[in-house]
Amino acid sequence: MDQGVIYFPSKPAIIASGVVAGPVEKKSVFAKDFDKFYDDERAEEDSNEKGHQTMAEQACQIALQKAKIKQNDVDFLMSGDLVNQMTPSNFAAATLQIPYIGLFSACATAVSSVIIASLLTELGGSRYALAGAGSQHNSVERQFRYPVEYGGQKPGTAQWTVTAAGYVLIAKGQMNSPVVEAATVGKVIDLQQTDPFHMGAAMAPAACDTITRHLKGRGQKLSDYDLIMTGDLGKIGLPILKEMLIKEGMAKQDVQKIRDAGAEYYGDDESFLAGASGAGCSASVFFSYILKQLNEKKMERVLAIATGALLSPLTVQQNESIPCTAHAVEISMK
Amino acid sequence: MLSSLIMAFIVGGLICVIGQLLMDIGKLTPAHTLTILVVAGAILDGFNLYEPLIDFAGAGATIPITSFGNSLTHGAIAEAEKHGWIGVLTGMFEVTSSGISAAILFGMIGALIFHSKGQHP
Repeated sequence: MDQGVIYFPSKPAIIASGVVAGPVEKKSVFAKDFDKFYDDERAEEDSNEKGHQTMAEQACQIALQKAKIKQNDVDFLMSGDLVNQMTPSNFAAATLQIPYIGLFSACATAVSSVIIASLLTELGGSRYALAGAGSQHNSVERQFRYPVEYGGQKPGTAQWTVTAAGYVLIAKGQMNSPVVEAATVGKVIDLQQTDPFHMGAAMAPAACDTITRHLKGRGQKLSDYDLIMTGDLGKIGLPILKEMLIKEGMAKQDVQKIRDAGAEYYGDDESFLAGASGAGCSASVFFSYILKQLNEKKMERVLAIATGALLSPLTVQQNESIPCTAHAVEISMK
Repeated sequence: MLSSLIMAFIVGGLICVIGQLLMDIGKLTPAHTLTILVVAGAILDGFNLYEPLIDFAGAGATIPITSFGNSLTHGAIAEAEKHGWIGVLTGMFEVTSSGISAAILFGMIGALIFHSKGQHP
């Protein structure tokens, strides 16, 4: 067995999902697969953080409604976000009244929460578990860079934090749903990149390590997958990842097929700089577009790798480098 | 008239180019850039170099934040001449007080009237 690779023999199923997004995300190329949009990025709440919380609650509720499951029957909620102390997730858990553990893997939280929820299901301790993550543009920009009101400039390598929340409902093996077959937990990799406006490059080595380990641990090749999609490497990080994988000896034509949710999210619109990022980026694409492709049997096997930069504003001020991680989940549909 | 407009545009623009380069190439934060420009203006005035720049470029030299540093030094020197060393402390904000008060006042009015909106590219 390779380091950090998990296999789920009972095949926990993703029976439903809920994805909500903000007004800017209507422009996303993935928008048609989202469940609900808000015309106000604060979701008509008083503050950005409250709006963030409301979106997490709504995404969970939509997943529950689709599966016709009651809140009381859900045993666990695994969630995280990028705001200090993860208050949007914590407060949403207070509303939902589902036993909860907050998880922080930065923008990789969508997948780390699915991994833990799948493990709980595998162990038999969970009938239904909600797992997911979200981000809200204004609150995350303020958390990590500057409040948007300040109007700080961003270089072209910077990315646009997505306003969206995505959650999935995971249950014991069920027919006709995509199943979580395996997962790989990311190492934290630090190649001494220090620019917080250039995270795609910092995260690419972590994605490369996780993909390589997953394939080795599972005895697979890139071509065994219909889709391999990373979370938010963006338009600059994705080519770096491809270059690294080719150096690892992977077939060039297979490497070229790897896609990145962040790079594609807002299409070619240059006002979004190097593409989308944020915990809501991978959550909204993985839990809408990818699951839809699997449910409609357009794809059979997908590797979704959420990437995360584990920095804080304080470590940036102290001139520390940016350690990064990437968690992968292998989802299949029979 | 036209030539003074052009000189103001060029000199003011060049000061802003320096600021932009500090951010893009020097990788400094906006706050660091602002502080450096203020300090630069103050030092230039200490060597009597900023006033000639204002005479030459007018608003091109008085509008950028370097002019604030110039005013700090100006006030400090003027008061020091009148009242000795204590004037360095009291004079610094004498010339600049209108700018600082205006920033506080208009900042407060802005905060009272407006509610910040999100970014929509």
